[in-house]
This record gives sequence, C-alpha cells and structure tokens, in this order.
Amino acid sequence: MKIAICVKEVPDPTAEKRIDPGTNRLVRTGENTLNPYDRHAIEEAVRIKESGVETEISIVLVGPASAARTVDKALAQGGDRSVHLADDGLADSDILATSRALAALLERDAYDLVLFGQQASDAECYVMAAAVAERLDRPCVSQAASLTLDGSTLRVKRQVETGYDTVEMPLPAVVSVSDAINEPRYPSLPAIMGAKRKPHEVLSLADAGIDPDTVGGAGSRTTVRGLSKPAGRGASVRIEDDGTAAEKILAFLVENKVVV
Amino acid sequence: MSATTSTKPIDPLDYLEIDTLLSDEERLIRDTVRAWVQDTIVPNVGDWFEEGTLPMSLAAELGRLGLFGMHLDGYGCAGASSVAYGLACLELEAGDSGIRSFVSVQGSLAMFAIWKWGSEEQKQQWLPAMATGERLGCFGLTEPDAGSDPGAMRTHARRDGSDWVLNGAKMWITNGSVADVAVVWAQTDDGVRGFLVERGTKGFTTPDIKKKLSLRASITSELVLADVRLPADALLPEVKGLRGPLSCLNEARYGIVWGAVGAGRACYEAALDYAKTRIAFGKPIAATQLQQQKLAEMATEVNRGLLVALQIGRLKDAGLVRPEHVSMGKFGNARGALEVARMARTVLGANGITLEYPVIRHMNNLESVYTYEGTHDVHALVIGGAVTGHQAFR
Repeated sequence: MKIAICVKEVPDPTAEKRIDPGTNRLVRTGENTLNPYDRHAIEEAVRIKESGVETEISIVLVGPASAARTVDKALAQGGDRSVHLADDGLADSDILATSRALAALLERDAYDLVLFGQQASDAECYVMAAAVAERLDRPCVSQAASLTLDGSTLRVKRQVETGYDTVEMPLPAVVSVSDAINEPRYPSLPAIMGAKRKPHEVLSLADAGIDPDTVGGAGSRTTVRGLSKPAGRGASVRIEDDGTAAEKILAFLVENKVVV
Repeated sequence: MSATTSTKPIDPLDYLEIDTLLSDEERLIRDTVRAWVQDTIVPNVGDWFEEGTLPMSLAAELGRLGLFGMHLDGYGCAGASSVAYGLACLELEAGDSGIRSFVSVQGSLAMFAIWKWGSEEQKQQWLPAMATGERLGCFGLTEPDAGSDPGAMRTHARRDGSDWVLNGAKMWITNGSVADVAVVWAQTDDGVRGFLVERGTKGFTTPDIKKKLSLRASITSELVLADVRLPADALLPEVKGLRGPLSCLNEARYGIVWGAVGAGRACYEAALDYAKTRIAFGKPIAATQLQQQKLAEMATEVNRGLLVALQIGRLKDAGLVRPEHVSMGKFGNARGALEVARMARTVLGANGITLEYPVIRHMNNLESVYTYEGTHDVHALVIGGAVTGHQAFR
C-alpha cells in the first residue's frame, strides 16, 4: 500500500499572523514549521502501517528549498521517504496552482491513498484535498474521524453537524482527516535523527514535468484585492458578578425571548 | 564598518538568540522534549511533588522517546550528540529536577557504567532493555559517611572462591528501590571495583528515604548490602579504582550543567508571566523598577548559563572536554539557577510558595542540585586547583 501525505510548511502557529500591507500576503519570514493539522494525517498512516498492512509512507511537499526542515520534521513523525517540489517558479501559487503542482507529483507515483490534514493553519484553507482529488479524478472525503481499510475499500466515518456519516469508497482515494481522528505521538529521538537518512527526492518544475506557466503567479487565478477586519459583534453588555449576575443574565435572556 | 544593529525585536524567551547556534536537528529534539514535558510533566508534577511520588509509567514513555542513554552508541541507544543530550536534560529539568535525575541516573550513571566498563555479556543483557525503560538501573557510590570523599567508602567486596561477597550501605540513591539492577562500587583488595547487583539478590534491600523537602517527585533510597553473594560475572571487568565511578559522575554532571538552566528558565518564565499580569497600584508589577531589575538579572543568568552549557557541550562533542570544564559548568549553573529561583520566588509573592506555580518546587529541588553530583564547594576546589595548580582537597 502506498500512502502519500501532502504536508505544508506554515508560519509558527503560536506566533501572531501578520499581513504585509504592500502585497496583502501573509508574512512568512519568521519561524516556519510543519502545519500542525498534517501531524494527524501522518499519525493515521503510521497506524495503518502498524496494523500490519505493508505500507510505504511518502511525505509530499510543495514549497521553497528552505522547507527541507519541515520535510525532515514530517519524516521524523513517521514518513519513509519524501518528495519535495522546490522551485522559485512556484512562488505566489494560489490554491488552483498549488493543487495542479501537487496533483502532478501524486500522479508520478500511483498512490493508493492520499491523506491531508483538515486545514492549513496559515490561511485556514480546508479545500486543498478536494481540489487535488478533482484533478486526479479520485473520490474524496473530508473531516474523516476514522479510517478502516477492507482490502481495496476504504470506510470513512465522517463528522457532520448532526452526527457521523459512514462513507465507503474504492481506492485510490483522497481523504482529509479531522484533528480529532487521533492524538499524534511525539517523534522518538532515533526517528528525528534518522529523518535525514531517509530517501529525499527534491524536484524542480522541469523534473516533475510541470509547465511553469500553469503554476506560480502565472498559473494562479485569484488576487487579493483588499483586506478588512471582520465587523464587530455590536453592542455587548458586561455583567460583573456582585451576587445578582444570575438574575441579570436570566432577565436578559427573557427580554430577548431566548428563554420563556 | 558594517551595520551593527538589528531591527529584529528582542525575544524575551531567547534574548541572545541562542537558537541560532543550534542545528535544525538539535532544535527539533529540543522542541519535541519540550512539548512532551509540557503535556506530560507540567500539569501533574506539582501533585507528584506534594505526594512524594513519581509514576513509573513514565519509564516506558521516556524509553519510547529514546531518551534513556540517548548519548550512547549501540545496544538500542540513540547515539545522539552531547549537545542534543544536554538540550533534552534542559527541557526535562524545566519540568522538574526529579524527572531529569530519573533520566540522568538511568542513562548517564547506570547505563553509562555498563556501556563503558561492562563485559559484552553485561551490555547485551542490560542496555537494550534499559534503553526502552523496560528495566531500570541505579548507581551506588555515595555512603552515609562518604560523599565528597568517595575513596573513604566502607562498602567492601571480598572474594570467596569465584564469588564475591559484598557488605556495606549506599545512601541518597536515586531510583534505588525501583531499579532492576544497581551498579555498586565497593573496596576490594585490588582497589575500588564496580558490581551489578540485581534486585531480589539475597541480602540486598533498598529502603526509601522519606521526609525529603526537595526532589520529592523522585525516588531516593538506601542500598543495604548484608553478605550479598554475587557470581564472578557480576563484576564490571574493565575498570579498577575511583576512575570508574568518577567517569560516570562526570557524564551525569554534564547533564546537570544543562538541566540547571532549564529549572532556572522555568522560574524566570513564571516570574515574567506573573509580573506582566499581576496588577499593583494600578499597573503591572512588571512596570516597576524593582521587579524589572529582578527580571533583568534572571534573563541574564539564564542566557549566560545556556551559553556556558552549549560551549561545554560543543567541547564534549569535539572530544575536548575536561572534568574541570564540567565542574565550572555545574558550579556556575547550579548556583545561577538557585539564585534565579529565589528571585522569582519574591516576584510571585505569596503565590511563589504554592505548588500552583513551579517556582518553589524548582527552588527546593535546586537546593539538592547545588550539592549533589559534586557539591558546590568541591567543584570550586576543582576549578581552584585548575587555575592555581594547587589541589586544596588532597
């Protein structure tokens, strides 16, 4: 079984996000790291491998050469090999362009299962898995809360507002896993130290057979025209508890017909 | 002359940007241990300290992470660099000195003794299982009446046919009552020798030491040896004399050079956080001159200690470290951490004495760190001897 995990390098999620007012883009010059949501996808692949299914886990990343650190971090978390598309021509790629690059990488190595984290913590984008699945013409399920393999069929429990959907689909398939699917383990020291020794494939656009005009700024179809803060929540009432707070809250709820 | 100023703002948690001196792999190891400590140790260690316990389930987790004997090569050990080992010690001790002691004793004292001075059979028997945390070890050198002067030890081993018979007592032994194997040093007709004493051996008991007010999240025991009969192959064959135990202590002290910085850092961070949020006279106490002076002293000491540790670590990785270097690191960093902890204690006011905050726990722990693995005074004499050429304690 060949599993690919599409991972992303993001600015340190614990640091405050800043937008460059000149370009309207997220500032990425600070500390960058592995998208924390992707750890759940890697952990799920490791658990499939540990269940006894012969599995090769590939870490697939589109990003600058400096993202090699993030590739190693993902490998320490549980990958067997990596494919890193690093090319200056990829700068300014939007979802459309990045999904094209990822799809091209994924088509090179006939993967049975492609996993994503549920979202990227930088732009909070949830749709990359669907975009890639569309390009690969594969079935896709998002927000997977559990995965069960049955031969070449994948059963996915999917969290929805009213409970769970259970979806079956044939492999090959694309799945984005929810952050509730598992608790990723801490990588062990030997795994961290062994990451660099695993096979790393670093490709340029030409190596991957990707037309430079279809990715980067040239291949993107979205532009950020402006940014504004979300509208405020409107008038709010602050109630300090002087012993009568419960009564005041009840009166407020009755007045607004929330309770009768 | 090139530009000398940076527009990058100061990071209060890495003032001198010491992170830039670490490799990516070192930082990833550090970040992993830090995250594990934050999740596993920090929320619970106050309770463990109060109850005077340390859950042994930690052994398997530390083993899975590869932290036991991580700086040793082969036999299931990770073979990490000295700096990586030091960073792990720092992060473990930022959780609690008891956790770092647990790992140090297992890896740097018990495993190192077997790895360096044991027979191939002893290594095969013990090291892989100790690396995973399946088996635990302890190290018996100090005695009730022999601490700084280990040559005065009374524990002795005499030959009886091919067997050895040990009598004596060891004191202040971390992990003593939970260890599957004790590395015990004893006088023989042939000088000091090391022995592997397995738990359950007839005549060998390990009563715990109670009523400690320091290192409470750590098990401390006596080792009592009453006519303990050991086979010939229990002897560590590769070393004679005090060089054996002292080589192990030098490894463990090296971990303390780093660990003390972790305890100090945890106190500094707690004080900084508290000072920024505690309001007095209408403003955060962090905005007052007296508290700022304390925070400045603490930040400086933490950064200075870390640079000392890193330099000693780089020397060790280059094969250039001497015991005198490690003595200076332990001397300066244990004292510095204790001063930071005491200062942080005052910033927190009454909150500084509760286990709701980490400070008093670290402060009490550091009182032990100050005098164990070579007292502060003995390390002063080692440094004094090195700079003057006169050995004052001989």
